[in-house]
Amino acid sequence: MSIPRPLLQTNEAQLIKRICDGEREAFYELLHPYERMIYAIAISIVKNPADAEEVAQEAVLKAFSNLVSFRGDAKFSTWLAQITYNEAKMKLRKARPHLYESIDAQQQNEDGDYSPTDFADWRPIPSELLEVCEIRETLLNAINLLSSTYREVLVLRDVQLLSIKETTTILGISEAAVKTRLHRARLLLRDSLAPGFDGFWIKGQTYRKVRPW
Amino acid sequence: MTTIEISCVEVWREISNYLDEELSPDLRDRMEAHFSACAHCTAVLDGTRNAVALLGDGRLFQMPEGFSKRLYKKIQGLP
Ligand SMILES: [Zn+2]
Repeated sequence: MSIPRPLLQTNEAQLIKRICDGEREAFYELLHPYERMIYAIAISIVKNPADAEEVAQEAVLKAFSNLVSFRGDAKFSTWLAQITYNEAKMKLRKARPHLYESIDAQQQNEDGDYSPTDFADWRPIPSELLEVCEIRETLLNAINLLSSTYREVLVLRDVQLLSIKETTTILGISEAAVKTRLHRARLLLRDSLAPGFDGFWIKGQTYRKVRPW
Repeated sequence: MTTIEISCVEVWREISNYLDEELSPDLRDRMEAHFSACAHCTAVLDGTRNAVALLGDGRLFQMPEGFSKRLYKKIQGLP
């Protein structure tokens, strides 16, 4: 995180050269900073840890065997994120083709204005609470309940902190679509973090108070 | 110069772009004028900012135990 970008890119270019020259160990060094990114993208699409790990491994193998074709005109991280995204989507399509959401169904959600609920006693959730396993799970649940259209944009932009441009490249959608989906995703997530909704995101599940206040 | 007022609905539409600093200076000023006078929109802004901050926190997505090691093994096994 703290390595300045130009330096990082030079470093990566050198690593890639070494790998292409046959130095296998350098590949791990190249990949290491992006392990979490690969995992986060994978799990945000396939939703369960075992599948996400499989996707991650497939993505890594694919990245390795295609490394010679990486030209360096895109950032390595974007290239890797795109490979991971494609692998995850493929896995999803293979596993449950009948559940694969149609474009039409997704499109419907994007029409019309959304009115955020007014929560009288809103108080922010401090980041330190992410140390608490239950809070983390509650938040991950909330993300998982978003439709995939929203979840994907949210994970790339707000979890991986990729730029709008990088996100358009990976998802193959327009900048306007990225902004619209991100907007809706953030507001929906904000609603689900509100008091009274804690642990209550899955219909029929018993209410569980997670917030400590 | 007075800023032209905008409605809550217009503010909600641009909250995400506001957080990303993707607005024209003019619209940003109008949003800010609105926030200083509207508690509901301020709450929506704060809540959304809170959600975004939690998402960006490295602690949220934790890799499974041994993930890194298994990935490494996979690479080692490459032809
Ligand atoms: Zn307002």
